[in-house]
Amino acid sequence: MSALESANKIKAKFGDLISEPQEFRGEISIQVSDAERIFDICSFAKKQLGFDYLVDISSVDNYGEDPRWTVIYHLRGVASGRELRLKTDVSEEKSELPSVLPVWRTANWHEREIYDMMGIRFSGHPDLRRILMWEGYSYFPLRKDFPLAGKPTDLPGVAFTNPAPLEGGPFVTIPSSGDATGREPRVRTPEE
Amino acid sequence: MQAQSEYGYNSKIEGDVVLTTVDAALAWFRKNSVWPMPMGLACCAIELMAAGASRFDISRFGSEVMRFSPRQSDCMIVAGTVTYKMASCLKRIYDQMAEPKWVIAMGACASTGGMYRSYAVLQGVDKIVPVDVYIGGCPPRPEAVLDALMKIQEKIGRQPVLRETVAAKMLHLDKS
Repeated sequence: MSALESANKIKAKFGDLISEPQEFRGEISIQVSDAERIFDICSFAKKQLGFDYLVDISSVDNYGEDPRWTVIYHLRGVASGRELRLKTDVSEEKSELPSVLPVWRTANWHEREIYDMMGIRFSGHPDLRRILMWEGYSYFPLRKDFPLAGKPTDLPGVAFTNPAPLEGGPFVTIPSSGDATGREPRVRTPEE
Repeated sequence: MQAQSEYGYNSKIEGDVVLTTVDAALAWFRKNSVWPMPMGLACCAIELMAAGASRFDISRFGSEVMRFSPRQSDCMIVAGTVTYKMASCLKRIYDQMAEPKWVIAMGACASTGGMYRSYAVLQGVDKIVPVDVYIGGCPPRPEAVLDALMKIQEKIGRQPVLRETVAAKMLHLDKS
């Protein structure tokens, strides 16, 4: 059974909830329209279709668009070598979707990382703490409206942060056949 | 046959007696056994390990005793990227080291934040602890670490061991 057949089986089971499978460079993605059902779909994919390995969960900030968040599940069947990608949108007001931790235990840290960096919560997660930044840090640093340089914070006894000097940056590398000086990252204006 | 002398010093083998001040001798002892606190935080730590291994052999400079306890070390070598999350741990370890103590900022990240101009990285370890020697490079070669160690040794050699303490004590006596 190929990844496309697996995607079609999910579609047959869940119907309108699932988009037509999209293929890009031999990889199959399906869009799940209701994030609340992601647990059921993942559970089905694991138990019926043999996707026993959750490679990664990633999140995208579509800043300025609605819905703002896209959460992406990368699934793999270890024995079959099939890979499947599930995408689902979450609105900024809600910023919450069900945890898939009961399906794959590895989801624990992936979901904590997304919560830490993007601020999307996972309902039913037993231990939704920050994983990279410290408890009490007040921002979600991978959001598009968070400046690259950071913001000043101070949590006495734990940690502090100060904005990094960007000196007009960020530094951008552009493709160039020139020498090392031409290739190195520099402060560039959008016109360049 | 002549009787052996009672004491163990043989000037024919060991040369003449060298006279020095106690202070200079103590400084000489001190600078040739700088025990490092290897604060390995990123890839620079690999080069620091190379500096400690056979090819570069940091023990030629009396610093092979890498102590993972701050109580037993003299010189913290900050080898790697210092994140804000690690900064408080690093400061605490530095505070736990006994005086006198020195700090080497090894590599671009420890010296300035390096390529990490971002929200997560401390922009130079000198923002939280006093640094004696900075080493450039990403990462620096082990030779550069040894060179920094020699610079630290020069600095320690110049620093008074007793003179300062005696002067401070006399000042203290004057006050009381």
